[in-house]
Amino acid sequence: MTSSSLRVRDVHLSFGSLEVLRGVDLEVPRGTTTCVIGPSGSGKSTLLRAINQLERPSRGDVLLDDESVISSDPDRLRRRIGMVFQHFNLFGHRTVLDNLVLPLRSVLRLSKEEARDRALRYLGDVGLAEKAPYRPAALSGGQRQRVAIARALAMGPEVMLFDEATSALDPELVKGVLALMAELSSSGMTMVVVTHEMGFAREVSDQVAFMDHGRVVEAGPPERVFSSAESPRLRNFLAQVL
Amino acid sequence: MSELLDTFLNWDYIAQVLPDLLRTGLANTLVLAGFSAVFGTVLGLGLAVLGLSRHRWLRWPARVYTDVFRGLPAIVTILLVGQGLAIVARPLVGTDPYPLGILALSLIAAAYIGEIFRAGIQSVDKGQSEAARALGMTHTATMARVVVPQGVRRVLPALVNQFISLIKDSSLVYFLGLLASQRELFRIGQDLASNTGNLSPLVAAGLVYLVITVPLTHLVNSIDRRLREGKPVPGGDSLDELEPARA
Repeated sequence: MTSSSLRVRDVHLSFGSLEVLRGVDLEVPRGTTTCVIGPSGSGKSTLLRAINQLERPSRGDVLLDDESVISSDPDRLRRRIGMVFQHFNLFGHRTVLDNLVLPLRSVLRLSKEEARDRALRYLGDVGLAEKAPYRPAALSGGQRQRVAIARALAMGPEVMLFDEATSALDPELVKGVLALMAELSSSGMTMVVVTHEMGFAREVSDQVAFMDHGRVVEAGPPERVFSSAESPRLRNFLAQVL
Repeated sequence: MSELLDTFLNWDYIAQVLPDLLRTGLANTLVLAGFSAVFGTVLGLGLAVLGLSRHRWLRWPARVYTDVFRGLPAIVTILLVGQGLAIVARPLVGTDPYPLGILALSLIAAAYIGEIFRAGIQSVDKGQSEAARALGMTHTATMARVVVPQGVRRVLPALVNQFISLIKDSSLVYFLGLLASQRELFRIGQDLASNTGNLSPLVAAGLVYLVITVPLTHLVNSIDRRLREGKPVPGGDSLDELEPARA
């Protein structure tokens, strides 16, 4: 796996008159995992969407291995960045296998056989090869999210973004998905994880970034962020969620 | 009472008109409606995609087209197209009113079908296109492989309703003037009805219409039920050759 580093530089982004990101700075070294925590509405998800250009920043830049994301072609950029969504967003009209095969054929231009082999290999990696011929609707939430992760990984991304990947899951299904994410993290993938799972942030991440009102207020190693937070807003937030 | 019954259900007249209805009329009606359905669907899908374009100069003509052809009575469009273009079309198609009739019906159907598709495409969850884009698929590939197929599936019942309308509206082509062999269901019934002063032939024509449209109505209902229950629609996608998709 060839992962890349990610640098977010002074990113601003507005929806109309609403300023959602007000100058975000974040460094994610190659092969490390950064968890982004913070109250809802603080801009966490928007930050992820700005990184892979689903939303276009009005100012600032994102550097993927020193290459500017803003000035590169979004379609080419997104091949290098995988994203996992809160609501899975599997293609409902396609089988599980075809959910992986479709982008492999459409984007990477693999042959039918290559795409199929690769898809089955990645489905096997998340333990769901036997679900290949089913439609997503036949799977549990946890299985669907694992398929979504396999779908993103099959594209060979250098960075993975997780947008509240376990927030829509039933409590008993959260663990399996988090375990998969932890495994991916320890395999050396560069990851940015927006999450409300403080246990995961504490144990798996190399860095925790706290966002509030469209800015990264405080960032550092998890032990420091969780036990000796400097900013009052972070202390206040942690008091509420822990 | 028996006089009234005779006006609508004179078996002699019905027996007299039925062979023509089935041999000539049914085929002609199906040709008119069938071709118009195919062209109208293709054109309608194009209109829907244009109508949802990010570019105003693509969206705008599609909206104007839709407003005009939905806003005109079908008969006006059929006469304007069928007679108005007759001079231009003569070198290509001769005096046969069918090509222009089909063109007019297709233009009308496209406006309605375009709106049906547009609503369907717009109803597809935004997360679907975002996931496709996030995987690196282009806007075009995202629309063609992810959004449109799901939108279209959802509006199949409305689409079949539109086909039913087409079958009924195809009767209006008789205004363009038909040779004996070109007469469709309505015209055949109507001709004998006016010759005999008895409505039974028209009733017979009506029954043949119902034989086509009622099963279609039930097809709509069963598609509707399948979609609501989340069962796969027959003839759907599949790149995989493992096993048929379930659930």
